[in-house]
Amino acid sequence: MIAAPSTIPAGGAITTQLLEVSIGPQHPSTHGVFRMDVVLDGEVVRALKPVVGYLHRNHEQLAEKMSWLGSMPYTDRLDYFNSMSNNWAYALAVEKLAGIKVPERAEYIRVIMAELSRLQNHASAIGFLLQDCGAWGTPLLYAFKEREKILDFFETVSGSRMMCNYFRFGGVRVDLNDEMLAMARKIVAEFPKFLDEFEKLMTTNEVVLARCQRVGILPKELAIAGSISGPVARASGVEYDIRKVDKYGVYGQLEFGVPVGAVGDVYDRYYIRVLEMRESVKILQQVLRDIPAGPMQAVEVKLRGFKIPVGDGYGRVEGPKGELGFYLVSEGGPKPYRYHIRPPSFINLTVLEDMCVGHKVADAIIILGSIDIVLGEVDR
Amino acid sequence: MIPTSEQLCAAVPGAVIEIVPSTPAATQPAMLVDREHLVAVARYLKNEPSCQLDFCSCVTGVDYLAKGFIEIVYHLYSVALKHGPVVLKVRAPRELNQCHVPSLTTVWRGCEFQEREAFDLYGVKFDGHPDLRRILMWNEFTDHPMRKDYVPPADYEWEPTPHDEVLKRTKAAGGIMPPSAAVEVKK
Amino acid sequence: MNYPGKGLVEGLAVTARNFVGSYFYKDRLTTVQYPEERIQTPENSRTFPFLVFDESPDKPRCTACKICEVECPPKCIYIVMDRDDKGKPLQRPKAFDIDISVCMQCQICVEVCPFESIKMDNDYEKSKYGRFNDLVQRLPDLLKSNDYYRQIKPVEAAEVDAKLKAEAEAKAAKKAAAVAAAAAKAAATPPAGSAT
Repeated sequence: MIAAPSTIPAGGAITTQLLEVSIGPQHPSTHGVFRMDVVLDGEVVRALKPVVGYLHRNHEQLAEKMSWLGSMPYTDRLDYFNSMSNNWAYALAVEKLAGIKVPERAEYIRVIMAELSRLQNHASAIGFLLQDCGAWGTPLLYAFKEREKILDFFETVSGSRMMCNYFRFGGVRVDLNDEMLAMARKIVAEFPKFLDEFEKLMTTNEVVLARCQRVGILPKELAIAGSISGPVARASGVEYDIRKVDKYGVYGQLEFGVPVGAVGDVYDRYYIRVLEMRESVKILQQVLRDIPAGPMQAVEVKLRGFKIPVGDGYGRVEGPKGELGFYLVSEGGPKPYRYHIRPPSFINLTVLEDMCVGHKVADAIIILGSIDIVLGEVDR
Repeated sequence: MIPTSEQLCAAVPGAVIEIVPSTPAATQPAMLVDREHLVAVARYLKNEPSCQLDFCSCVTGVDYLAKGFIEIVYHLYSVALKHGPVVLKVRAPRELNQCHVPSLTTVWRGCEFQEREAFDLYGVKFDGHPDLRRILMWNEFTDHPMRKDYVPPADYEWEPTPHDEVLKRTKAAGGIMPPSAAVEVKK
Repeated sequence: MNYPGKGLVEGLAVTARNFVGSYFYKDRLTTVQYPEERIQTPENSRTFPFLVFDESPDKPRCTACKICEVECPPKCIYIVMDRDDKGKPLQRPKAFDIDISVCMQCQICVEVCPFESIKMDNDYEKSKYGRFNDLVQRLPDLLKSNDYYRQIKPVEAAEVDAKLKAEAEAKAAKKAAAVAAAAAKAAATPPAGSAT
């Protein structure tokens, strides 16, 4: 509302009003079809309400109509960046309920796949965050260059780059031969050099420092109360990594550190991901050195007509975005009675409003980018 | 230390707590709490120094059509003491005008979005929730899709390779069918 | 030593090194001029299913048992069993439709098939112009020979061939053993009508 010059009061004050803007579902920076209703006072955000549900595909109801194995390809499409972690969370929940023991070689293979997934997810997440800051694609495409190598490895092993459908209850589908292991070792050997180059682009860059430091601070108490998990919580000082707490798979025997941040702003969330990538490289080096020979799937698990005894249970993994859990209820039949996903991105959005209020609109976009959401998981 | 049901009954007088077992392999038995004392039990579990269950990981709604109730399941973990999970269950009748439970958003902020989802998909109202409205379905939607007796609308235009129930409903609704699907097998 | 703008200058040096280096070093240039050049996909790569036949297209390995139709998660397969004039089932499909706009390439149909008859192709250039019916692949489009399968997936086809050969030999050996046992039994008992 621009008043005509003659109506500006003599004191010089101009009437303003709050403006409600929908940073709408079609937007290049909202990481998918995600909508934020922000109430703005000039450029400063006064209130923010996230609106989700644009990608709701009713996965939980579909799973009630399909066999236990038939939901496995659908779990790939939840958080479509890390299909391997999603597969592992579901396989873990079913194995917990049914009491299936996984052979050791399969556990090592699962760790390789999950950590490679984590590497490519964190690299892309940082790339996308910098894209939101305004760096037109340079860090993103450097990250994608490494990601291509990892996706080529996934294609060689499981047949598909992103929607791998690789894990089965009691093991994995295809064994890794020597050629594939050599490919994995090559990726892990070249990754630290890429990380050094990546960090040189960004960690001491004055523009990144000015835009990301002291923006979107998440206090530690709010992180715990809001059930925030993953790198977002660890950047705020919450020392909780499910790989260290639950010790699922062979993580209990591996040596790796868990980086924890001090301030909890956007810069911390970016730097935590860099440090976590370095820890993942350490894990991969240990696993690729120690992988034992053996069967890759538990033999007593049937492919068709697989049933689980009556009961319910919850299984969770440390996905790259946070705690991904599956709550399954079985009535003893070949289909799940209730299949619920605990999505990390959905719950991490609870504190988006608290982090954004008082900052400018451009900062709201960066804060959303630093939480690293994927709409496939938020809406299921 | 994970508390036993006797400890909880002693700490929160009047609470009715029942242990519900899970599968033999999973060993995650749940504590079924009555609606009136749910908030008090939750606050005790969060504040008691020996349990300190400060992280509410997962809130799920389950519709037991045959047994006549909807169950809300809470999975609680502790970040400070690194133990868990403790499973709390609470039940509500299925009829929409009686289907309500107290909200635990005042105890754990992380329940906010998940309780909204249970309301949206199951129709369970959470008393005391700060902002209870639909989250995954659009605002003008009526009915609650995840209930076991929900019937989706028969609005078929093109249904490729329809099977069973969908085949019957596509034919009834007059949707376009691929030629092979229209082939009937001669008996 | 620290000067204002050091981070920016170092970042620009990285970008410059990559840009100039892409003219001289192959590993810094990461793009391929599609469609004139195509990257060779690995052997395991999968796109959509196809049906295998051994000698000729009217003798497919598929027996229309419908296991893949039941196990398919998005229910994209539609099978009708071929029957003769009296209604007796001939063990082969009359109609076998896969709608590739629904198929999510999960490979579960390949895993559950007991006759090694449905396998994954790796052809990804399947766009069509029509919206309805054009993306449904019917039995003639799906039938491809075992030679084609050996050509696209040599290692996997060799394993399948070995397995089928072993199964056929075991079956033949069992049949020969049964014939020999029946002949031995007939020789052991005295011929009928020789008594009295």
